[in-house]
Parts: sequence; structure tokens; C-alpha cells
Amino acid sequence: MTTILIPELSAHWDEPDSFRLAGYRRDGGYQALRKALAMAPDEVIQTLKDSALRGRGGAGFPTGVKWGFIPQGDGKPHYLVVNADESEPGACKDMPTLLNNPQALIEGMIIACYAIRARLGFIYVRGEVLHVIRRLQLAVSEAYQAGYLGENILGSGLTLDIVVHAGAGAYICGEETALLDSLEGFRGQPRLKPPFPAVAGLYARPTVVNNVESIATVPYILRSGPAEFARFGTEKSKGFGLFSLSGHVTTPGQYEAPLGTTLRELLGLAGGVRNGNRLKFWTPGGSSTPLFTDQHLDVPLDYESVAAAGSMLGTRSIQLFDETTCPVRVVLRWAEFYRHESCGKCTPCREGSWWVVQLLDRLERGAGSEGDLDKLLDICDNITGRAFCALGDSIQPSVASSIKYFRDEYIEHLRIGGCPFDHAASTLFALESAR
Amino acid sequence: MALSEEARTRLAPQAAEIIGRYPKARSALLPLLHLVQSEEGYVSQDGIGFCAEQLGLTEADVTGVASFYSMYKRKPVGEYHVGVCTTALCAVMGGDAILADLKDHLGVDVDEPTPDGKVSVEHVECNAACDYAPVVMVNWEFFDNMTPQSARDLVDDLRTGGDVKPTRGAPRLCTWKQASKILAGFPDGQAADGHTAGEATLAGLRMARQQGWRPDGSADSTAANGSALAEGQQ
Repeated sequence: MTTILIPELSAHWDEPDSFRLAGYRRDGGYQALRKALAMAPDEVIQTLKDSALRGRGGAGFPTGVKWGFIPQGDGKPHYLVVNADESEPGACKDMPTLLNNPQALIEGMIIACYAIRARLGFIYVRGEVLHVIRRLQLAVSEAYQAGYLGENILGSGLTLDIVVHAGAGAYICGEETALLDSLEGFRGQPRLKPPFPAVAGLYARPTVVNNVESIATVPYILRSGPAEFARFGTEKSKGFGLFSLSGHVTTPGQYEAPLGTTLRELLGLAGGVRNGNRLKFWTPGGSSTPLFTDQHLDVPLDYESVAAAGSMLGTRSIQLFDETTCPVRVVLRWAEFYRHESCGKCTPCREGSWWVVQLLDRLERGAGSEGDLDKLLDICDNITGRAFCALGDSIQPSVASSIKYFRDEYIEHLRIGGCPFDHAASTLFALESAR
Repeated sequence: MALSEEARTRLAPQAAEIIGRYPKARSALLPLLHLVQSEEGYVSQDGIGFCAEQLGLTEADVTGVASFYSMYKRKPVGEYHVGVCTTALCAVMGGDAILADLKDHLGVDVDEPTPDGKVSVEHVECNAACDYAPVVMVNWEFFDNMTPQSARDLVDDLRTGGDVKPTRGAPRLCTWKQASKILAGFPDGQAADGHTAGEATLAGLRMARQQGWRPDGSADSTAANGSALAEGQQ
């Protein structure tokens, strides 16, 4: 049968020292750096362009093109900032990567800094993950001791420092310009673009902001060659990536596979929906992406196909919900998340998220009226495209798609004056207590 | 609480070390706030004053930043701060039930420490461990696949000094203050310890091994279960 999974980033996660420099080197680590340092920086950028790697943080912008935007010979310091603020509901791929293979990120960062001519790189990691931060601190320290960081790296003349910077609890800091403001010591609020970070990023200097998985994939691309990477995936979505399955699935977890793999294939490997239940709805790319249902099991999970089917690939954060789940409740809870995380800078998001929560809360309790559904959609329309950044735009997709697929269930709440679902039945421990 | 003169003297060189990491001093503000939290367990007005002094900022400016981020507490929390994820997926998988049960069991409201000062609880937003839902964090260490009962046992052990180990994390659970120190950039030497690759983390890798699928996309046809799955998929 055809191969479905490509365990590359995750290849050694079950080895006891996979996170140590020694373990990483034993498995071929730091060969890519030697190869990169023997190339001209522009050749490294070209290699990334040739691989067609698209940013793994959700937006899918070509990584090599982003690197190429950094103006060269401008006499200004350049910076690389790794976005390790993984917080999108459903997203859980970068944290296991950093826990178990942080050296892939460090090696990728050194190569990226060499390519964009940066002498200082930052890892902005969310603060609520203590052991991930410890592992990053250890990885950076081991890399310094081995001469991969500091002055005259491997005799190349390259000097580079990396700083691990822990955030302090704010989803908005995953937005790249809010992240930069936060890293500069301010409230994490997004900036108006343009100028883009490539022109005026950290300290108003040319800056590349890349996701953990994008940078951690760089050593593979250098080591194996861009053509080898581009051999996987679909026409415009090359390579492989981590698909994270969570929720009502028999074997949740990380599944590294080529882009274009379908949920049917992944579910086949993950033992299907728990307890033989029916798949009711799922997110292809986290809570910011429109819901899919069991009609979408065969959509190739690449950027183009998912978009054509009405959603977004995002961070490949697949949250699965079975028939025991109330969609109104789930969408309410996501709306509450956005309300909590709205930074308050712009009115449509700050105010709109509160109104959306109030209406959804009323509907979930079986109060309100059918007209509330139209009002919800109208408010969402007035947030989307009018908010300062993508956080505001993230409120509408689950609301609108849930009304599209489950309008009847919203109405049922109104008919019976409450939520028709037994919330206990959807818990992890429901099956155990039923026994 | 007041930040003593002794504490200020002790913290000053650490603050200087943090500031030295950055091209511009103000970038040190978040780690400095973690640092003062590691001293007092929360960000007091004195802590804010200390940060402002180190960076030449006003206290209003520092307060504006500290109040933006949910990890900085403006009043003391427990020695072990328990965060129950109640974002949609964890809520559905049992986070709502766990949080309600814990508040009831401990007889406290969110962010309110138990009378012995040992434990406080709050709801946290998605903590990037959805494949282990429902998730509970203690001082930002992962406790995976929790139930109301296992969460009760957990807080009881925290209060009585029982042996508590994260599912994925350091074997020696830090106190809240110690955790804040690590966040400020001062490691505690436990990075290499502890189990971190749980069942969900390894699910895909194990399946690939079982099928004989190699990282280069080729397949080992002699792998044990390859044919069985292939037939199942027809």
C-alpha cells in the first residue's frame, strides 16, 4: 500500500536523548549547517525557494520568499524571530517538537540567520509551558558549548547569538507584529501593515518571523535537497508536516504526513472516531477555520483543496467532535476564547467578540429567538475584514459554518428551552463511567 | 508585601543579566516581571517599581504591560497554581467538569488560594496539548488526560506533600516562584530530566514504524502489519 506517514521531524522522538545535542548529531544533526555554510547566503535562500516550503504557522506564505524580502547591504542589523507562541485552539504540534527535538529548531535558526545575514535570533515561546522552555534553554546552551553559536561558528566567521524569550500569556502574541511589540517590552498589540516586518520589524529593523515547524524543517531541506522535499505533497502545497488529531478520536496525536493527505487516511491510522461513533464536525486548521463535517473526509489537506472546500488548512490542527457534541456549545466556547484574547486595540474585535458571546450564550441556554441567528451573522460580518488583525477575522468562521451545517440544532435549543445534549456524554471519561 | 532592601540587592545583578541579553533594554520587561514574580509570588506594586527603576520607565508604563498578560498575578496565588484548560475542546472532553469539581472540592473561587496557601485554581485557555485533552497545568507543567477524580487526587497530594509528577515534564515539580524564575531565564537544572514523549506524541511515529514506512517515503514490505492495514483500507 502507499505510504501515508513521513516521520521526519518526529523520527527520533521515542529515543531517550532525542532532545540532546548528542542524540541529534547521532541522527544526522548539524550536517545541514556545514552544507549551508559552504554555500553563499543567497544560495541558501534560493534552496528554500526551490523547496517551495510554505510557512507552517498557518498562513502558508513561502518561507524562502519571506527570507528574500530582507534588504541586503542596507547596513542595518537584521533579526530572526521564531514564533513559538503556539496557542491556536487545536494547535499542539510545536510544543512536542520543541520538547523532543529542539536542536532541529536551533540548527534551522543558524542556517536562516546565515541566509538573511542576522547576527541575533530570538525564540519567542509562550510562557505556560515550563518544560518546553527548559528544553530550549538547554538546547541553546549545548549549541554554544559545541561552537554552533557564538563567535566564528565552525570557523566560518559567522557570529550568532540566540535568546530564549518566554511570553506571559497572550494568544495575540502569535500574531507576528503583536509578538514583536511584546518582544520589545510592550503590550502585545498588532501593528498596522505595511510596513511589513521584513522592512521594519523588531526595533524597526528588517526581521523575519517564522513558525517553529518552518524553521525546524530547514535542516532537512538543506540535508536532503529541495527536490527531495518537494517530491512530497501536492502541486502547490509541497512537502510534509505534522497533522495533530485531537478530541473524539481513538488514538489522538501527532501524525507527520505529506500535505494533501486526507482525514479519511489519517483516521484510518488513528483508529477512527472513538467508540465507533459518527464524526459530526471537525476543524481542519484550528478554531479559526470554518468547520468541516463528515462530507469532507476526502478533501486533500493542502492549502488549495481545503480553501476550495470552504475552509483553511491553517496549522493542520484537526479537532474532531462526534455525535455526542453540541455544536452551539463548542462555538460559544471558541467565541469566549476570542473575547478573552482580544487585545482591545480595535473596536470591531473588542466589542464584537462580547456581542457574539452574549448571543451564543443566550442561544445555548435555549433563550433568545431565531432572529438571533441572523443578528449573529450580521455582527460577524461587521467584524470580519474590519478588525485590525486576523484575531477578529477568526471569530466568524466557526459561527457561520456551524449555523450553515447545524441550524436545526440551534433551533432545537430554542424549541426545548435549553441544550438538548448531555454534556457528560462527550467527555473523555464518559466511556469509562458507562462501563 | 514589600520587596526588601536585601531582595532588591540580590535581584539587581540578575536584572542586569537579563537586560544584557537584549539590544534594547525595554525588551527585558517581560522577563523582569517574571523575575519579580519569582520573588514575591505575584507582581506587587514594589515589583512594578523595581522593574520601572531597572529600565527607566514609569510605574504606569510597567503596570500597563503587566496587566495585559494573564500569567502575571496581581495578588498571591497558591504555591501550586492549577490551571484547568476550558477552551472548547478541553471543555467538551471534561475540562468544565474538572474545574467545577475542583472549585467545589477545594471550596475556593478562581485565583483564590486555599487557606494553607498551597493550591489555587484558575481556568486557562488552550495550552497546546489538545491531543492529551482534558489537560491540567500545575505551575505550567503538563498533566494529561485528566478526570475529575484524578484532578482531586492531584490537588490533595499537592496539599499534603504527596509525590506529584507531571505526565510530561520535570520529575521534581517546581513551586510557583521557582517556575517564574525559570521563565525569567534562569534554568533549574531539570531540563534533561523527565518524560516528554507521551502516547499521543508518538502515535504517528509508532504507526509508521509498524507499517514499515520510512522517512524517505519508501516502505519496508516485510513490516509486521503492513498488509493487514492495506487490506483494511480496500
